[in-house]
Amino acid sequence: MSIDPPLIIIRDLHFSRGDRVIFDGMDIDIPRGKVTAIMGPSGTGKTTLLKLIGGQLRPSHGTIEVDGLDVHKLSRKALFKLRMRMGMLFQTGALLTDLTVYDNVAYPLREHTDLPESMIRRLVLMKLEAVGLRGARELLPSALSGGMARRVALARAISLDPMMVMYDEPFTGQDPISMGVLAQLVRRLNDAVGLTSILVSHDVEETSAISDLVYVINGGKVIEQGTPSELANSSSASVRQFMSGLPDGPVGFHYDAPTLDEDLLSMRGAS
Amino acid sequence: MLDVLANFGRKGLDAFERLGRGHLLFLQILAGITSLLPRPGLLVAQIHSIGVRTITIIVVSGLFVGMVLSLQGYYVLSQFAAEDSLGVMVAASLVRELGPVVTALLFAGRAGSALTAEIGLMKATEQLSGLEMMAVDPVRRILTPRFFAGFISMPLLAALFSAVGVIGGYFVGVGLLGVDEGAFWSQMQAKIDWNGDVINGVIKSLVFGVICTWIALFQGYDTLPTSTGVSRSTTRTVVHSALAVLVLDFVLTALMFGD
Repeated sequence: MSIDPPLIIIRDLHFSRGDRVIFDGMDIDIPRGKVTAIMGPSGTGKTTLLKLIGGQLRPSHGTIEVDGLDVHKLSRKALFKLRMRMGMLFQTGALLTDLTVYDNVAYPLREHTDLPESMIRRLVLMKLEAVGLRGARELLPSALSGGMARRVALARAISLDPMMVMYDEPFTGQDPISMGVLAQLVRRLNDAVGLTSILVSHDVEETSAISDLVYVINGGKVIEQGTPSELANSSSASVRQFMSGLPDGPVGFHYDAPTLDEDLLSMRGAS
Repeated sequence: MLDVLANFGRKGLDAFERLGRGHLLFLQILAGITSLLPRPGLLVAQIHSIGVRTITIIVVSGLFVGMVLSLQGYYVLSQFAAEDSLGVMVAASLVRELGPVVTALLFAGRAGSALTAEIGLMKATEQLSGLEMMAVDPVRRILTPRFFAGFISMPLLAALFSAVGVIGGYFVGVGLLGVDEGAFWSQMQAKIDWNGDVINGVIKSLVFGVICTWIALFQGYDTLPTSTGVSRSTTRTVVHSALAVLVLDFVLTALMFGD
């Protein structure tokens, strides 16, 4: 374990959407310089957690500290300054559709620095080289495959050399080759540049292969934490169900409903 | 009965909440001018996309509206042997009313709906969220330049509409119907007042520019991030803008031209 204090400290996090409780007293530490995965079934609020860390959402209770700063107590200006040190890779890539790949990666540099265009060009080409897409720089996002769009978004996320990158479901909907490429990129960038990576995913195999530490969340709480191998041998039924992909278990196959007989026999069921 | 009342109450509260959000967004957009001033390029690009690309529909519509006005005016005026006043009638109608109002309606249909769809899709595809996480404020970076582009473009488009309309009226009145050319222009010059007519028309179109662009931007920014959501917002932009323009036109006319 690192002796440095964790980069992100989440304590007693509560968050609800309407009547639905998403987080119900969650504690998480994200160590510096490691790849930390946050896994859990769909709908457990993994993306919401990243938005809370990035300050786009506000918790109803609890604190999130990033590099010693309480995200939700910062002024807008200070929050934006902190965000410059955070990279985020959205599930869809979230590239600006009317800009080329090159301009997308150059965007944060042009917005936040006064660097001359020649320097920006060098930086952009270096970032694109790192994700293997230097040759695609003149393309528009609409001409990219899903995997390529995510790699461009990754190049953009690291263009300001952030201290951390948050990945939102980077492997979802990818073919095996893109998945492997993305997984290797996440690991390589983390080690080469000294990033801290937070990976939100439900792809157990790929994520376990590249993570140093895994948190499994369900029902608004952390139900297990440890290295991928520790989790594979977990005694918890919920964790085993998730890690082995069993259709039924503590997480039910059926969405909450009255019994089938009741539903079929009721007159109102026709609607 | 109680359900109906509760439903009515909820809808009322929702409407007020939206109104509140709309006004807050308006203030945020205005505050964004501080970051727009050092980067005039953003404004110019939006004036091109919002204003310049609307010119064709404005010119064509203005021409035909002017021609129809002239035709209809001639039939009425000639009954009183007052054809010489045709120029005044065409110009006054255009500069006071039709220029600002029809331009605003066309603007809402052409540029307003495009703005809503653009912003709504940016929201649905997480581009706005992405900007926020890149520490770029989407209101300042995306909405403010579009708002001021609309504000600047609207009076210019209305002026163009009126000018082309007068030319259309001239073609029909003088060219086809044989109204005296000297009377057409000289009466217009003598009777159309700079402050009373032209400036009031410009004030109207500035107000319409603010309202139409604000509605379009708010509908896009506040949309449900789904395809149905974006489609509904786009429709709402056109409907709300048209109603707002027509109601405000009445209010402004009563204030400006009433005794």
